[in-house]
Amino acid sequence: MKVALWKIAHARSGDKADRADIGLFAWDAPTYEVLKREVTKEKLAEHFRAICSGPVEVWPLENILAIKIVLNSALQGGAARSLRTDNLGKIVAAQLLRMEIEAPADLPRLQE
Amino acid sequence: MKTVRVGAGLGFYGDSWRSVRASIERGGVKYIGSDHLAELTLAILQKDRQKDPAAGYARDAVPMLTELWPLAAKRGVKFVLNAGGLNPEGAREAIAKAFHAKGWKAKIGVVTGDSVTGRIDELRAAGQALAHLDTGAAISSVQDRLLFANAYLGAQPIAEALAQGAQIVVTGRVADAALFLGPLAHEFGWRWDDWERLAQGLTVGHLLECSGQASGGNFGSAQEWEKIPDFLNLGYGIAEVSEDGTAVITKAPGTGGRVSFDTVRQQLLYEVHDPHAYYSPDVVLDMSTLKLEDEGNDRVKVTNAGGAARTDTLKIVAGYHDGWMGTGVIGYSWPDAYRKCEKSVDIIKGLIAERGLAVEETNVEYIGYNSLLGANADPTYRDQLNECFLRMTIRTQDKRVADGFGRLFPWLGLSGPPYLGGFHGIQRAKQLLGLWPTLVKRELIESGVQVSVETAG
Repeated sequence: MKVALWKIAHARSGDKADRADIGLFAWDAPTYEVLKREVTKEKLAEHFRAICSGPVEVWPLENILAIKIVLNSALQGGAARSLRTDNLGKIVAAQLLRMEIEAPADLPRLQE
Repeated sequence: MKTVRVGAGLGFYGDSWRSVRASIERGGVKYIGSDHLAELTLAILQKDRQKDPAAGYARDAVPMLTELWPLAAKRGVKFVLNAGGLNPEGAREAIAKAFHAKGWKAKIGVVTGDSVTGRIDELRAAGQALAHLDTGAAISSVQDRLLFANAYLGAQPIAEALAQGAQIVVTGRVADAALFLGPLAHEFGWRWDDWERLAQGLTVGHLLECSGQASGGNFGSAQEWEKIPDFLNLGYGIAEVSEDGTAVITKAPGTGGRVSFDTVRQQLLYEVHDPHAYYSPDVVLDMSTLKLEDEGNDRVKVTNAGGAARTDTLKIVAGYHDGWMGTGVIGYSWPDAYRKCEKSVDIIKGLIAERGLAVEETNVEYIGYNSLLGANADPTYRDQLNECFLRMTIRTQDKRVADGFGRLFPWLGLSGPPYLGGFHGIQRAKQLLGLWPTLVKRELIESGVQVSVETAG
């Protein structure tokens, strides 16, 4: 089934020069496996196509059940030359939590 | 085993030090590390210094220390702060003056040598290309527009200042985490090639460098953020560190917020690029081996950080002038609030074309609808909004165009769509800055680093 990430994960984002970076965190181990499989560079590039013109990088981290995501060329050259309200990319994580992925209905957070 | 507690100070220039009081009074900390310099803060300080050569440091350090020093001094708590910005000596003088007025004395250490603004030609002559780290572009393309250029120094000069007896250490640009790693290395006498301990210390610093972000502040989540108790009294992070580098992240008793596996791991990955190789001046950290154990009661144990040898280079971030931003904001109420904003965009664009204004880029946002979520805003209720604000920003090389842009909007109140309100005045041109990250050979910078400790007051 289609599930929005906010139902099964949490996330924080920030900036470094022209990069927006996001930590995406599964609430539990089964969800981590789903995130690792479903949150792909391709899906992310599509979800952020309006702001990110560079490559997307992804690192899964099993020790903290997390996916580290970096969006290159995503901040109009950097916070100090951006015309956007969210010049620091702090809201990029909220944008990510709106992304929908394929997930099994029996994930722990979906039972609550 | 000996343990030392270090506590988070500010996380940016202008942050609150209310919560630092609890860490000093009840948190058992021996050091406060306070980060006043975001990537673009030096640009703000550069503007200050252009107006007044004695300025160029983060001014909030003076009232912060004036309020907290009496509490800190009687407990032997020391401060390490990068509030020196572009003028660490100026920061020391300002602190000394304030302390003198109070009749206080303190040994203040100053670390200088990070600024390379005036050394670009010299570094290039020494064989440093200083090409843009991401794009590979040549520095010559921006060199005549540079406003500042600073290398990120590490923890060693901070430890040196503490070894010389400094009670307050003021630096310019240093790696944020070095504000904490410096005191830890000093306290435990860690060797500067003990990569595993340095990696643990760096992890601690990274977790504490953003004031409340390890203890429940900005806990990025839907609904769960509301379970964080007592934001009003949110305690800043404290780390209890052992000689072997083992650390427990916690906060002062009786404070709000929460320290848990979830709040700590959110901060761990914050503003990190490759988590297998988090570069700092002192060590390269691998986060993939780290173990975070939630012990309950706002305690999270941190062990097993992977450390690899530091590199031969330091990072420089320079800022250069890159045009001007003009801004216009107006609001409309129901009915048709969004559509009236859209119509206004057409009108403003018509004015730009009619006047032939040299606008390179236009950014349109609808506050109340998509100014924060952008293309991922949900359009379901877009046409039923109670109210909507239009925010238009432009990029131009001409300061006059940026200054005048806001003046295009007021006439819409009488001659445009109905029910316009919320006009908040004409915003002036804002200077835009490009950031230039690059690398430089370490010894070219470190040979110029100086540590001086003097009694002030």
